[in-house]
Amino acid sequence: MKKALLHFFERIEPDKKKSPLLHTAYDAFFTFAFTPKTVTTDGVHIRDGIDLKRTMVYVVLALQLCYLFGTYNIGYQHFHAIGQYPGLLDGLHLKLVYGLIKILPIFIVTHVVGLGIEFYYASRKGHGVEEGFLVTGALIPLLMPPDIPMWILAFAVAFAVIIGKEAFGGTGMNIVNIALLARVFVFFAYPTYIAGDEVWVSGLEKVNGVYQTAEYSGVYHFFDGIFKAWGWDTFGAGGTAVMDAYTGATPLALGYQGGWNSIVSAYTVSDMWWGFIPGSIGETSKPLIILGALFLIGTGIASWRIMVAGVFGVAFTGLLFNAWGMTPFMEVPWYYHFYMGSFLFAIAFMATDPVTAASTNKGKWIYGFLIGVFGMVIRVMNPAYPEGWMLAILLMNVFAPLIDHYILEANMKRRARRAKAAAQ
Amino acid sequence: MAENTVISAPKEKEEWFGKKERKLLTDPLNDNNPVTVQILGVCSALAITTQVYPSVVMAIAVTLVTAFSNLATAAVRNYIPKEVRMIAQLVIIALLVTIVELFLKAFNYVIWKQLSVFIGLIITNCIVMGRLEAFAMANKPWRSFLDGIGNGLGYGAVLIIVAVVREVTGKGSLFAGSPIEWKIIGPTSAYSINTAAEGSWFGWYANNNLMVLPTAALLLVGILIWIQRGYNKKLVDIS
Repeated sequence: MKKALLHFFERIEPDKKKSPLLHTAYDAFFTFAFTPKTVTTDGVHIRDGIDLKRTMVYVVLALQLCYLFGTYNIGYQHFHAIGQYPGLLDGLHLKLVYGLIKILPIFIVTHVVGLGIEFYYASRKGHGVEEGFLVTGALIPLLMPPDIPMWILAFAVAFAVIIGKEAFGGTGMNIVNIALLARVFVFFAYPTYIAGDEVWVSGLEKVNGVYQTAEYSGVYHFFDGIFKAWGWDTFGAGGTAVMDAYTGATPLALGYQGGWNSIVSAYTVSDMWWGFIPGSIGETSKPLIILGALFLIGTGIASWRIMVAGVFGVAFTGLLFNAWGMTPFMEVPWYYHFYMGSFLFAIAFMATDPVTAASTNKGKWIYGFLIGVFGMVIRVMNPAYPEGWMLAILLMNVFAPLIDHYILEANMKRRARRAKAAAQ
Repeated sequence: MAENTVISAPKEKEEWFGKKERKLLTDPLNDNNPVTVQILGVCSALAITTQVYPSVVMAIAVTLVTAFSNLATAAVRNYIPKEVRMIAQLVIIALLVTIVELFLKAFNYVIWKQLSVFIGLIITNCIVMGRLEAFAMANKPWRSFLDGIGNGLGYGAVLIIVAVVREVTGKGSLFAGSPIEWKIIGPTSAYSINTAAEGSWFGWYANNNLMVLPTAALLLVGILIWIQRGYNKKLVDIS
């Protein structure tokens, strides 16, 4: 069966010269499904069964839990805002379907735009499609607010892939993290769609300063039909009025206003830990992110040094701020900073990108630690940027080669000294 | 002063507006563009290109300054001692920039305020100094004049391309502040496409705030360089 399938696919291989784009696409999917016959003939340095494709797939696997929880949390936050189905499992079908309706278009647009550009450049340059976009495409939806308009998303992905990657020469040549570049594009180009209190819970719109629920339409009615047939609750069955005094503010936004007291007045610590808080789609649930990070460390894909150093950086800066205590946000106990916002997601999946991170072991400690420090400084001291990790990581991405350079220089000097001492 | 004399071939037939002269005008527009090929004058390209109208004024100002400083320097090139040539050139440029600045202040105060310090900073614009050093010190006045105009136009072309993209996507208007202002897309009825109108097809549209930041100009100049090298194979691998 497998042989027949393989034979069939080999027969339909498009000609490389006549239709380069088709051949590129074919080649990409063929090598994804089967192990290609081509072998390296010279200069092999790494003898390992794992290649770029498998490396990338492991990262995507590690992100799956975040995807599942993100889908649920979109729905949970929406129904939480209108005060329905307060239990975690109440109206589970509604929450999941609501989340799916939001996250699927984001996922599809990201991949269609990103892969389209990737395939185009691969065929123009005449090489196979490299799997860099698999991880980027899996990360981008997790970084976006659930209500991001599709055209902005498409622009951001196109910008990140063309300017961030293809302009520098494709996969493995990029200076900054591409997924973060897409997010930073939205952040600076269309700030009202990705910052503030209103964007993190989907399906709400503010009219004259009062929240209202957007109408359920089209695809929701389709699912309503199915739910009715099974006798389940339908969308909007329990009313759609947004709860009184609902603000949609994230813990970080509350932290600026009134410090720890005002955070815990809206969210419990366990909600923040398990992830039942508004935020970007994939970043809220801390245990699942830790599981993904452990998986990455276990398979040797991501560097534990960067993660540990990042945690140290946050703890160090948090302690400094606690001692300083100028603003209410600075007085938030340092360990609670791990509960809020997207630090764990950023340090586990973004900072450890092997292309853009520092590559010497000592360099990784410095790189991770400084990400922690800068991220905390931006988070706590700058009210204009509610979350600092994106900017901190991009900044350190730019400095990573410099860090590596000085680590190597120092090493060379030390060895030269040692050689000199031995010669005497 | 022997080393300062004309380097061109001795008994060349002097033409008023021949092939070589035309090349002086057209070369800086593409093959030898001061911004995208020589990478000069980028600072002002970043600073003033948020709107088209100031960019046009700036382009005209730089063209005039480059052209006439080239002309003046070429006219006196054989009398400038080599040791003080930079100072002499600067005096010429500063004089012309002051004339331009006072002229603008007198006749278009609004745009003068908008361009503020950048008119004065034409003095330090590397294009002006670069052309004086590279061309006017070694060529006759008429040719130097053409070279100045060509380089000013090449600079202006990049400025205006970048400014058009930035203003249309960043502010939804074109030529804002000038008599022929055109509001293209925005949320009031003053715009050609009113995104706030009932049943508008463009209700989703929002201005791109990144384009208003100087970063965008840097990106756009980079993309321009990319596109130019993409089709102009002469430029590949020279830098």
